[in-house]
Amino acid sequence: MERIPILKMGPYLLVTIQVDMHDRVAMTLQDELTQRIVSERARGVLLDISSVDVVDSFIGRMIGNIASMSRVLDAETVVVGMRPAVAITLVELGLALPSIRTALNVDAGMTLLKSARKMAGNGRPAR
Amino acid sequence: MGQNMQLAEEIRKRQDAILKDWMAYQVSALTLRRDLVKESELRETSRQFLELFSEAIGVSTDTSSPSWKPVKDSLAEISQKRAAQGFSPSETATFVLSLKQPLFDLVQQRVGQDGKRLADMLWEFTKLLDHLGLYTTEVYQESREGVISRQQQELMELSTPVVQLWDEVLALPLIGTLDSARTQVVMENLLQRVVETGARIAIIDITGVPTVDTLVAQHLMKTVAATRLMGADCIISGIRPQIAQTIVHLGVNLNDIVTKATLADAFEVALARLGATVSKAASTS
Repeated sequence: MERIPILKMGPYLLVTIQVDMHDRVAMTLQDELTQRIVSERARGVLLDISSVDVVDSFIGRMIGNIASMSRVLDAETVVVGMRPAVAITLVELGLALPSIRTALNVDAGMTLLKSARKMAGNGRPAR
Repeated sequence: MGQNMQLAEEIRKRQDAILKDWMAYQVSALTLRRDLVKESELRETSRQFLELFSEAIGVSTDTSSPSWKPVKDSLAEISQKRAAQGFSPSETATFVLSLKQPLFDLVQQRVGQDGKRLADMLWEFTKLLDHLGLYTTEVYQESREGVISRQQQELMELSTPVVQLWDEVLALPLIGTLDSARTQVVMENLLQRVVETGARIAIIDITGVPTVDTLVAQHLMKTVAATRLMGADCIISGIRPQIAQTIVHLGVNLNDIVTKATLADAFEVALARLGATVSKAASTS
């Protein structure tokens, strides 16, 4: 079965979705990502969806869920690289995802995560 | 059928005479636009049409039968050409309808004093030519509608320019009413430019939008939400006093969106967010 790789980059996790997001694949990703956040003590997740060109309401909700779950585990999620067509589709589906952070590309997303950590201050002891 | 064949033969035989009469009627008709079509050209078109017409009538008098297809195609071509040239619908339809008189003359000469047959044949021809006339008008209208929708499309593309104000700052001055179709184009253009320029802030200026109702507000919010999903922030500027009042009276919630009265204010906010400042240069004199 197809799996989505989760890469560790310092205190952050990078998830690049390059396969078709079937419902099953999405559920597996949810499982693995939450486990990795805990085991790696990750402080942020970069969800790169730049190669996703088709979304439906399920995938849209999935992205929202992943963001909420990581927030509960104290890791900020930034969705990066959304295509214009995908953004329009999500808005038309009524899934504006107001609670998640977004950035244009991985670079901008990384900057955002770093500045968010600085802003959050001394929430956790430094490693 | 035999009668039709005879009729067709007759028309073919007397084609020159009919053509001459027909041309006379067309030329004398008040609706002929001499400035738009040359008489020689009209004669050639009429001659070709008459040939096709006599061929088709030899087979059937029902204009929906396949034998009439060449006639209809030729009519459609004439109609489209005239629509593009700027003829009015009645001027276009006159082309076919003025053929009635010469054909009626022909029928009268053939049938002579037999009143009932005369009436029957006249009725047949009237029906036929009326159908063709209506068809001409229909095609005329279709091609005019095609022109209108093409213009609409062009207007839409022209009216949604996305301009780059600064490094990573885009502006979208909206002019005219926002409907669903236009919002779609605006959204696509804006998001495309965001990707191309890597912009972080987009300013939507609605100074040129005459009215903002709940639907327009909803469209605006959709655009803002889509831009945010792409990772850029949106500022709405150019809100006129009346529009501010309308928005509140309608109960539209724009609380989640940064709004500014003028484009200048919005630009200042954008620069501040990027950490840039603009100041007057020290006087050099």
